[in-house]
Amino acid sequence: MSQIVVESLTKVFRIAERRAGLRGALAGLVRRRNREVRALDGVCFQVGRGELVGYIGPNGAGKSTTVKVLSGILVPTSGTCEVDGRIPWRDRRAHVRNLGVVFGQRTQLWWDLPVVESFELLRDLYAIPADRFRAVGDELTRRLDLGGLLNVPVRQLSLGQRMRCDLAAALLHEPGVLFLDEPTIGLDAASKLAMREVVRTINREQGVTVILTTHDMDDIESLCQRVLVVAEGKILCDGSLASLRRTVSSERHLIVDLAEGISWNGLDGLPAREVEVAGGRVRLGFDPENVAAAELIGRLTARYPVRDLLVENPPIEEVIAKLYAGGKA
Amino acid sequence: MNEARLYIRLLETSIRSQLQYRASFLTGVAGQFLVTAMEMIGILALFHRFGTLQGWTLGQVALFYGTISVAFAIGDALGTGFDRMAALVRGGDFDRILLRPRTSVVQILGQELALRRIGRLAQGLIVLGAAVWILEPAWGPAEIALLVLTVAGGAALFLGLFVVQGALTFWTTESLEAVNAFSYGGVTAGQYPITIYEDWFRRFFTFVVPLACVSYLPLTLVLGVEDVLGLPAWMRASAPLAGPAFLAAALGFWSLGVRHYQSTGS
Ligand SMILES: Nc1ncnc2c1ncn2[C@@H]1O[C@H](COP(=O)(O)OP(=O)(O)OP(=O)(O)O)[C@@H](O)[C@H]1O
Ligand SMILES: [Mg+2]
Repeated sequence: MSQIVVESLTKVFRIAERRAGLRGALAGLVRRRNREVRALDGVCFQVGRGELVGYIGPNGAGKSTTVKVLSGILVPTSGTCEVDGRIPWRDRRAHVRNLGVVFGQRTQLWWDLPVVESFELLRDLYAIPADRFRAVGDELTRRLDLGGLLNVPVRQLSLGQRMRCDLAAALLHEPGVLFLDEPTIGLDAASKLAMREVVRTINREQGVTVILTTHDMDDIESLCQRVLVVAEGKILCDGSLASLRRTVSSERHLIVDLAEGISWNGLDGLPAREVEVAGGRVRLGFDPENVAAAELIGRLTARYPVRDLLVENPPIEEVIAKLYAGGKA
Repeated sequence: MNEARLYIRLLETSIRSQLQYRASFLTGVAGQFLVTAMEMIGILALFHRFGTLQGWTLGQVALFYGTISVAFAIGDALGTGFDRMAALVRGGDFDRILLRPRTSVVQILGQELALRRIGRLAQGLIVLGAAVWILEPAWGPAEIALLVLTVAGGAALFLGLFVVQGALTFWTTESLEAVNAFSYGGVTAGQYPITIYEDWFRRFFTFVVPLACVSYLPLTLVLGVEDVLGLPAWMRASAPLAGPAFLAAALGFWSLGVRHYQSTGS
């Protein structure tokens, strides 16, 4: 049975329109005009125990809203969801006891307190036994390299330092479910790797179910077996990264480095398309259903002297951008 | 850790950070004391000029004033977190409260205990002392118990007003001054015997915001004077319970508000 079940989840935000000027403000007191934003529009999906799912989509698609509903922060307008059989907003306290959440945009820590004191407050809020607190705290401090940060007030931390502390804070009570909303935003390369490593480990070794929202496709490629794409409050597709690629386009790329002094004279009947021509390097797109890579290479090398060849998938960013745009290649 | 111990634990944190800024803490206490002391001097001047206030003596008015001041100081100090809700909601930081496996009420209560309210508390206690000194009353345990109950009921009522004010931020974070008028206006109104006011005002502060139940009604019994409303003694003695009742209703309204919380877009 699935651990997380989301059914026809809809969230409409009602926003009071402000009217300009004093007269508008006074009129607004009497009768409010509301604008509606349909952030979620019938979202359905299920996540099994121990899965690590990427939840991606363009800005304003409804990712953070989904995470907030699933966390019990927001009550949806209609539809339902259950995590471990509990409805988050109805059974909030029991639900969040087993839940860790990181919002990359905003810290969960106490702004004025040193990190270690935030951790101690969390220990008391979650009633974490002292020995578990010590063991888990030490482990996370080592993995996320927090040693030098523990005595620094949170407001003095850099974005990346704070994010690492936030991840640790979300894991201190050893939750079975973890929601990460843009956890790698603003991180340097090393911090990103450390963050991913921790997420991978707790998922693989402790079987923690993870939903990860991100705009960094490297996060997705390196972590997620399964990806959900959401756009305008609806789930657009659900599957592996490879299957996502196929829904957008089966196209692959052949990168050709021409021999010294040879210039590109166009496709001239080759069953491919020019993606990019830059000096001696040509990038061709082809459909493997239409023409096998070996055949294309054979016909190409018959026509042009070639120094080097490489076949690859189009960059994932490109695939995703096309997917968001609803376009087919 | 149960909710009561957690509350103490959260307060420790708040108090420690307030004491970090010692200068601002001390000026805060002094400021509170000064503001209320000025009010008191105003009242004294009034009595000096007219002798009584619609038949109420200085000692009696001091008892009303002191009781409400102490009650308000306690309610206000406890309810500071609710008074700060607008910022928490507008910035979406209430998310954090909901992510923790504790009631939002204990977390908001524990957010801050405004120590600078000690200024107002001290002043209220001084006025209460002055009332006793002037009245030289022959109070037995019953009167003293009722006085304590009145203060407690008043504190609960004012805390309830802050809870209502905080809950309203879930619908709008603007125009909350209107609600502030009830708590801050209530304390000013309640400092005097309610008989000096117009009828509608009296009714509002008896039945909607039951301020009279935690000042006028029980205090007339403590003072042993006639109540112009003619209520029986048992009703006046149990009137302070309207404070906790109001607080309970306010907490119900709060839970309704939490379900209405919209967070922020980013
Ligand atoms: N608290 C709110 N009040 C009003 N509108 C909101 C609120 N939160 C989100 N929205 C609106 O709902 C829609 C979805 O927002 P959401 O934050 O879920 O998007 P997102 O997928 O997380 O986007 P991003 O990638 O930019 O973080 C947006 O149109 C946004 O303006
Ligand atoms: Mg978002």
